[in-house]
Amino acid sequence: MTTSLSAKRAKGRAGRHLHGGRITYAVLIVFTIGSLFPLVWTAVAASRNNTRLAQTPPPFWFGGNLFKNLQFAWSDANMGTALLNTTIVAGSIAAGTVFFSTLAGFAFAKLRFRFKNLLLVLVIGTMMVPPQLSVVPLYMLIAELSWTDQLQSVILPTLVSAFGVFFMRQYLMEALPTELIEAARVDGASSWRVVWHVVFPAARPAMAVLGMLTFVMAWNDFFWPIIALTQNGSPTVQVALTGLGRGFIPDQSVIMAGALLGTLPLLIAFVLFGKHIVGGIMQGAVKG
Amino acid sequence: MARDAQAAAPSQGEEGAAPRTHSGAPAPHTGPPAPSESRTPSESAADRRRRARRSRRYRLDVRWSPYAFVAPFFVFFLAFGLFPLLYTGWASLHRVELTAPTDMEWVGLRNFSRLLEDEFFWNALKNTVTIGLISTVPQLLIALGIAHLLNYRLRGSMFFRVAALTPYATSVAAATLVFVLLFGRDYGMINWALGLVGFDRIDWQNGTWTSQLAVSTIVIWRWTGYNALIYLAAMQAIPNDLYESAALDGASRFQQFRHVTVPSLRPTILFTCVVSTIGATQLFGEPLLFNGSAGATGGAEHQFQTLGLYLYEQGWVNLHLGRASAIAWSMFLILLIIGAVNWLLTRRLSKSA
Repeated sequence: MTTSLSAKRAKGRAGRHLHGGRITYAVLIVFTIGSLFPLVWTAVAASRNNTRLAQTPPPFWFGGNLFKNLQFAWSDANMGTALLNTTIVAGSIAAGTVFFSTLAGFAFAKLRFRFKNLLLVLVIGTMMVPPQLSVVPLYMLIAELSWTDQLQSVILPTLVSAFGVFFMRQYLMEALPTELIEAARVDGASSWRVVWHVVFPAARPAMAVLGMLTFVMAWNDFFWPIIALTQNGSPTVQVALTGLGRGFIPDQSVIMAGALLGTLPLLIAFVLFGKHIVGGIMQGAVKG
Repeated sequence: MARDAQAAAPSQGEEGAAPRTHSGAPAPHTGPPAPSESRTPSESAADRRRRARRSRRYRLDVRWSPYAFVAPFFVFFLAFGLFPLLYTGWASLHRVELTAPTDMEWVGLRNFSRLLEDEFFWNALKNTVTIGLISTVPQLLIALGIAHLLNYRLRGSMFFRVAALTPYATSVAAATLVFVLLFGRDYGMINWALGLVGFDRIDWQNGTWTSQLAVSTIVIWRWTGYNALIYLAAMQAIPNDLYESAALDGASRFQQFRHVTVPSLRPTILFTCVVSTIGATQLFGEPLLFNGSAGATGGAEHQFQTLGLYLYEQGWVNLHLGRASAIAWSMFLILLIIGAVNWLLTRRLSKSA
């Protein structure tokens, strides 16, 4: 990524990659404000109270109620449990997806076996199937297993991802020299040892990116959790927020505090790793 | 299979020279020679047996491990993807209640024929198409423009990129709850701002067009930056020479954008169109939560009820799983039709270009 960027920058001096003018900056700043404002305002509304939110003009700056509202959302609206559940769910899904995708991606990128191309087409084909198509039987299945309201009903169906397999395959095709695998084989390493000592270390950057993307997606997943889980059982953050929105808590500022709690972990991750997440999305896009 | 073993272990290149027996007698050649082992003629029978066993294990390993590596994906896909997909088709031909999902009564195509007469189904289909159009088209156009600007050399370009992506990190639920407040009729900030410019208050939730516009705004807000980054990635892969020659021919910046950038991005644009279309067909969380306390109806007059929401209402509010399944399959068919139209359109576009 970095080498290609700097190479491009050097070439850019010839013609393209002109400096952005004032208008460019102006438009981008407006766009950035538009992107960030609803998030900032979530915090503003969460720091006020209901009476202040029901006045015109609406508040633009922080008030003094943030801590009280967060506390209320945390305990009374189940957000504490929900955050813990969501961390477990998103963490398991991210770990499982990364692990299985790396294994399958390695096989598709570097190993030879019969039906490889057919299987790869199948993997890509599964990306086109919308989740709605499987909701009804999935629900019957988890009802049959008495898994309703249990976290595994949300974790297991999303534990593998076709996108992940494809992403890892594209990465390993370039990043993992075949000679390295051959050398390990000559030394007598079994396939599992090759995976552990050669593939995983080589794939680490892509695994990190895929892990972050999957975590964000799993954290924000909505359609299936709201069917499989309830607000009173073991909700994820999204399910708990639905409860807030449906008026179990009538206070708007508490609702906003809940929304803030559900978004904050990912926002912190974005501040810390934003560069890598952006790089990952751009990388996945070009090759996918 | 011999081909596989050879490819994986080039040390066996001399294999042809040694007579190949099944027991692995020319031991140094088959299997991975362990470093400690030397080719001395005085090896014991036990050594040879051990080596034969090792080489057999090695060949089995090379042959079957690839399947073991791809197996988890397919096991999970079969259990939680393909089986449900087919079973949904089966359930759509039955009368099934949520309260007793194992009691299935065969009704043939009645669920589907009922859908055709169901005004709420057509209403949901129409809303899905309208909301899909007014959210996808502006979203992709803005994304294209923003990507073009991000492609300039900028101070703090990484800041702009991360900021553009933050809405993507916001969940449907959190985003919708905020926008419900912003779009509030009496105290919402948007109506307040409109009031400053002299407009009347708009009842965003109860109007047909206004509510659909508001729901689309949430979608646009969440996904524009994401699509912009995808376009940006594709733009950075366009060779610079194309721009140089265009500039030599006297093309202005806008002409370069139209005649170099956009044509080079065509595959990426198609990709984002397909992905956004799939996303729009499944739209669910935004209309569900935009409705506040009323549940899955999509507004008092179903004015922003989408197909995804209607499926949910039929299955989990009215408890008709069979009908929900029929809606799911109808959505799938609609997606296939859209996919085919998309494909035909791009074929025509690429021919005419």
